[in-house]
Parts: sequence; C-alpha cells; structure tokens
Amino acid sequence: MVVSPSPISERNIGDWLRLPPAGLQLLIETLAENHRVVGPQVADGAVVYRDLRGIAELPVGWLDEQDGGRYRLHQDPTAGFFDHVVGPHSLKNFLFPARETVASFVRTDGEWVQQTHAPEDRPLAVIGVRACDMAALRIQDKVFLGSGHVDPGYQARRQRLFTVAVNCRRAAATCFCHSMACGPAVEPGFDLALTERDGWFACQIGSPAGHALIQRLATADAGIVSCTVEEVDAAKQVSIDLEASMHARQPEAGAPRPRSLDTHGIRDLLYAQMEHPRWEEVATRCLSCTNCTLVCPTCFCSSVTEVADLSGDHVERERHWASCFTLDHARMHGGSVRSSTASRYRQWVTHKLAGWIDQFDSSGCTGCGRCITWCPVGIDLTEEVAALRHSDPP
Amino acid sequence: MAAHLRLGVFKFASCDGCQLQLLDAQGKLLEIARHLDIAHFPEARSAVGEGPYDIGLVEGSITTPADAERIQEIRRQCRYLVTIGACATSGGIQALRNWGQIDSFVSAVYATPAFISTLATSTPIADHVPVDFELRGCPIDVRQLVELITSFVLGRKPRVPSTSVCVECKARGTVCVAVAQGIPCLGPVTQAGCGAICPAHGRECFGCFGPSEPANLVSLTGQYERQGTPPEQLIRLTRSFNAQSPAFRAESDRLEGASHE
Repeated sequence: MVVSPSPISERNIGDWLRLPPAGLQLLIETLAENHRVVGPQVADGAVVYRDLRGIAELPVGWLDEQDGGRYRLHQDPTAGFFDHVVGPHSLKNFLFPARETVASFVRTDGEWVQQTHAPEDRPLAVIGVRACDMAALRIQDKVFLGSGHVDPGYQARRQRLFTVAVNCRRAAATCFCHSMACGPAVEPGFDLALTERDGWFACQIGSPAGHALIQRLATADAGIVSCTVEEVDAAKQVSIDLEASMHARQPEAGAPRPRSLDTHGIRDLLYAQMEHPRWEEVATRCLSCTNCTLVCPTCFCSSVTEVADLSGDHVERERHWASCFTLDHARMHGGSVRSSTASRYRQWVTHKLAGWIDQFDSSGCTGCGRCITWCPVGIDLTEEVAALRHSDPP
Repeated sequence: MAAHLRLGVFKFASCDGCQLQLLDAQGKLLEIARHLDIAHFPEARSAVGEGPYDIGLVEGSITTPADAERIQEIRRQCRYLVTIGACATSGGIQALRNWGQIDSFVSAVYATPAFISTLATSTPIADHVPVDFELRGCPIDVRQLVELITSFVLGRKPRVPSTSVCVECKARGTVCVAVAQGIPCLGPVTQAGCGAICPAHGRECFGCFGPSEPANLVSLTGQYERQGTPPEQLIRLTRSFNAQSPAFRAESDRLEGASHE
C-alpha cells in the first residue's frame, strides 16, 4: 500500500522528516538569519567547527582515522556529509570559551564603578553535534547551571543554543561512547537530529524550536516530506547496528585497537588504587601538557585573573581555561599540593571517572575519545583504567 | 604621585630583537614612559642616565671576559634585574659554541684571531649574577613585557605562566600539528607566552620560550622517534635558541649519546 506523505504542518515533536541536501542547505540559511551557524569543516588536517555558510563547506567524502596521539584525514568516495566522527573541537569551545571577560571596572576619583557588559553575540546554532557531545552538554549543564552556582555567561549562551545533532554511522577506534552509555544514538535534548541516508537525511524534530524551524522550511519549496514508517525504522536501525558493532569490535593486526571501558564499579575501583604503581608508570609518559583536559568536552576548570592597565584604573576580570595538569592549578600557600605528574594524572582520572559521580551523579566521561587522540604521546584512558583493574593494588 | 621608577635597558651578546620588542610596544611605549623614567636605553636614545635603576632589563648572554665583569656592575646598579629573551635566560643560539671548540671558530671567522677576546662558552645571565625574573622567548612577547612592567608599576607579581604552548594552541583552536600532521613539535614541552604563533601557521614549535615546567622531553622525543623522526632532526630541534637550558641540553646530549652507541 502506498501512503502519500502527510503535509509537514501536521508534524510534531518526535516526528521524522525526509530532508534532501537542498533542505539542509535551506535549513542552514534560515538558521543564519538570526544565529551564528557553525558546523564541521576540513581545516589544517582535521574536521573542526567553523562558521558555516552552506552544505558545500561540510566535509563530504572525508573520513578520519584516529588512534592514540594520531589523527589523519583521508578521502573516501563512499563517505557522506557526516561520516567523520569528532574532531578536536566540541561545544565547549563555544559555550565555555577559552577566554572570557566576566566583568570590568573603572576607577574614577578613587571610586570603582563596574561597567555594564556588552550584549551577548548572536545565538549559536551548531550543525553536526554527535551523541557523545550532546551527552557532554548535559554534563556541562549540571556543572554550570545545576549546582546552585549558575554561570550567567554559560546560561545565556546555552538557553539560546540551537543544536542540529547527527547520529553517527561509523565509529573511530578511539570512540567508546557505547561503554559510557552516551551513544552512538543521540538522546533527546537536541532541536533537530539527522541520520544520513543514501542521498538524504532522516530528520527528527526534538524541540519546539526545532519544530518552529521545520515549519518555516515547510513554507519554502525545500522538498521536505514526512518519513514513512519503514524509513523511520531504517534510520533508527543505523544507531542500533552501530552500537552492536562497537560492542563486537575486536583488535585487528595493523589497525588501531578499538576502545572500550569497563565501568563496572569504577568509582570504588579507582578510589582503592590511589597508591598503585601504575600512576608512576604513566607519569614517565605523561607530558603534563594539558591537551587531554582542554579537548575534553566536559573538563570545566578555569582560573580568574584581574587584568589591569598601566594606570591601574581600568581592570578586566578575565576567566580562562585552567587544567589540573599545570603546577599552578594546585598551588596554594606553601607550594603546589600536586607537584608530581603522577599525582596530577591520578587527580584527572579519578575525578573524571569516580569523583564526578559523587559530585554530579554521573561520570565525567562520554567516551568521545578526544583525550586519547589528542595526547601527543597517545596515553589512553581506557588502557590506564584496564591496567588498574587487572592488577592487584600494592 | 610618587617619583617615577627608573628603568635601565642593557645589552650583552644578542641580536637586539628583544629590545626592539619594547620599542614595538607602540601605543604602550608612550604609556610606559608616563609611568617609568626610561633612564638608560641606548638602543632608543643617546641620553644616558646614570644608575642606580629600579628595574634593569638585560638582553643577551655572557660571551666575553669584559661582559662577565660588566654584568656585575649592572647587578649592583639595579634593584630588580630581569633577563629578557632566550640569550639572557639560557645563553641563546650562540650557546651552540658550547658544543664546539672556540679556537677553531675564531680562526675560521676572524682574519686576525689575536684581536679577539672571547670566552669558550655563551652562558645565561643567571650563571653570573642573581636574577629576579626571567622573560622567555626569541624574541620576548610584547604582551608579557607590558605585563611585567605593569606588575612592577602596580607592585604585584608578574603573571607569566610556565604552562606548555599546547595551552595556547587549544585556546585559539589551532589543530595540533603533531597529532594531525605528524610534525615533530616542541610545544608540549615548551613554555607558553608567544601565543602559539608557529603551530597556527602549520609549523612546529621551535621551543624559543625554553622548557615548560615540567618538561618530559624523553617521552616526547621517544614518541617522535617511534613515528619515524630521525634522532639527528630531534637533536637539531632541541639544540637551538635554548640549547643551553638544562632540560633541552640534557635531552640533546642524551639523543646524541644514544645515536653514537
């Protein structure tokens, strides 16, 4: 039986639509009317987030190979718009920027006056957010909005954020979202979610804002129609199949080892291994360079400094990213309380995978694998935890 | 307002590039001159104000017996002595002489070697006199120089982080050239401060700000060797503007010793 597609005006949140590439183009252009639109693009040998004008800038035909300390792009004629996975950038780069002026003050006749802040930039729309990064967004929301200490800058950007999520069709060897229950299927929380099909996208509406945008597109001739039941099932099957294949992955000779992380009892496991010799061993490899923390989509540490001009009459309070791998991070009266690399690596891993559970009721890790790929010497979080798990404490 | 603090700028074996950074502070230079009396700065003005000075900026390394004497007097004249740049802080590119024979250099370069009075080594200022603060870089960074002077005028500690260049690459969104392109980069073991200029232009960090704290060079060069970088290239990389700084020197010597085995 052939059912003619319903008009989109009847569609609701949760419904699926057939979006041709021209429809995605129109979607981007429509968003750009009142958003800063960013999306994945090839630049400097990686897929990064940059300002996006249209689908021609998306990384069509590019695949990424990722391993510890290694990221390479190569062209593949079978690769679609979104068959790369995560690059070095995440939503953190935009919602929790590396440097931000949080207040400014001027001294006039001996009196300090706080300056009013310039209004926020245009709202942000991000195309191509993966399940792991949507999970990271939920974690950062807890950190910046949920602890009783709301971060106003984050809140302003977050409230107006528009996300076009993408369900992955493949995983890199460094991906382990399946272990962290953070993917590969995108969980609700998105405005729109795309699943790439053969020459079109299955687009699920996830929010009133997503619905409103689709309604606007429906009035244009963008070729957007409802998905059939079969098309919806087939789109959902993409994530189910990928998750099954990630669980079944086996190491192959000559190929990067597929990652997974056994999270069973991980909080107590790590707390019990504080004096394990593995921390000293990993410290011989660790550079303390901070890369793992800075590419991590959930690491939230920052430092605040008062930046004055030469007169001392103009002061900007500047917040910038900090990392538990620097000596200054744990420096207090008398010196740094984590002066060894072993103690800093242990701090990061035990906070991310154990202390976070006590603090925020979830792991701080989404299995995106960035800390593995972007470590210059390829230190692998999953391997370190496995080593701690499969050897007895001293 | 309190009397102006007096600044002296002094040059030893160097290219003058770090002093030029002070002149290149442009709009800031006039502001600096409003808060400091630039009493001694031969690069910029012919008038020479006698010491003592509240703050002395010292560029260059010690390479002659006369300079080894002169720095002692400058130290006596300066309340705070700050070295500016790789030469003053670690001996500079000219410290490559420390791995060679000075007599052979002198006879190869000069027509009348007898006229040359030089030391066998190029050494940092801190090897000769106590140094209160170091500004790294080849050349130093204008923003760090202005921060140093501002902190001095306002009477607080200078904010010059000892973290790696990677912090600055990640802050500006630069894709890691080591991970994404396999280029051996010293960024992970080099002190930040430049703003990560070279990786932003697709080049490796040359380590001109010297080693970060900590600097695990053995791990990093081991990774580059496993990825196919020949040891000679790694020796050249670690033996450049800060060749004489202890962490870089130890690693280039270790690599050289290992490649001779």
